[in-house]
Amino acid sequence: MIIKILLIAAAIGVAVLLLQEKVPGQREASRRAAGLLLVVVGIVAVLWPQLTTTVANAVGVGRGTDLVLYLFVMVFAYSALVTAQRIHRLQHDITVLTRELALSRPTQPRGGEASLPPGGSRAGEPTTREQS
Amino acid sequence: MEDVCVIVPVYNEASTVAVTVSDLLRRFHHVVCVDDGSDDGSADLANAAGATVVRHAVNLGQGAALRTGFDYVLRHTTASYAVTFDADGQHLVDDAHRMLERARLGGTDVMLASRFTGCARQMPLSRELILRAAVRLTRATSRLEVTDTHNGLRVLSRRALERIDLRMPRMAYASELLDAIVPAGLTYLEEPATVIYTAYSRSKGQKNSNAFNIIFDLAVNRLRAAR
Repeated sequence: MIIKILLIAAAIGVAVLLLQEKVPGQREASRRAAGLLLVVVGIVAVLWPQLTTTVANAVGVGRGTDLVLYLFVMVFAYSALVTAQRIHRLQHDITVLTRELALSRPTQPRGGEASLPPGGSRAGEPTTREQS
Repeated sequence: MEDVCVIVPVYNEASTVAVTVSDLLRRFHHVVCVDDGSDDGSADLANAAGATVVRHAVNLGQGAALRTGFDYVLRHTTASYAVTFDADGQHLVDDAHRMLERARLGGTDVMLASRFTGCARQMPLSRELILRAAVRLTRATSRLEVTDTHNGLRVLSRRALERIDLRMPRMAYASELLDAIVPAGLTYLEEPATVIYTAYSRSKGQKNSNAFNIIFDLAVNRLRAAR
């Protein structure tokens, strides 16, 4: 049963990563616990495949593989949504940071005609011209 | 024109930005280029041509660039008017100057430019049809009597800069800006102006298909607001 060994090894690998907090965004204990539970359920399902069919029949699904597929789709959709939300938040943060950074250090024109803005002292900003 | 700040959003416009800036500096005292993460040296060219440059480290879109420009004017200057002006050379500095004079005379908060009552040199027909459709949509949503909704040339009073907040992504900000005018209690006028379509601006500018993205962004925004 080579496939069982491979699958269980992969599941244990995931569990180790979860416990070492190497998976980003899995810091909350509840989410880590959910991840570990999934790993345990996965190993059980690999070792005793008939068990999935028993559970499937109990909830009204014909085959165990179908139940696993349904669960997979749900978990996948959930994680895709969470990831999309996180990316959206990150984009917003980057926008705010980029704009603030830009505004904190305007580059004044080099040489040529003076076109300094009236008012506002901006000591310490990078500029190629001497300002008094 | 001491109390005016011209905001030029720049994204990879190395071939035109220096000319645009030096043309502007002939009539205006202070030009700020908001470099939206260009990687072709546009920022340095603008700087060398005499513009103050504010740099976005990454590309955020024209709406964000204009918003940064507005914030620059509010925080770093005492200017009473800001002019927005595209970097690709499609506007005339004289138009901007005339719009500014007219805004000052009437105390107008938002001066918009129209290529449809003015002059659009060599505008492709497909672009004209899409822009006219955009105008019809905007007239319906913003309660504004305007004839051109996506013209990069605008004159905005300091009061308008304080009250208009641009949050939409990509190009939808143009409609967002117009939609904000009436609720913010700002006065507006439209002035005929020229838009020059060169081979460069046609290749560099917006694709017609982008109209769908804009409509989608606006629709999503409306759904959010309705919630």
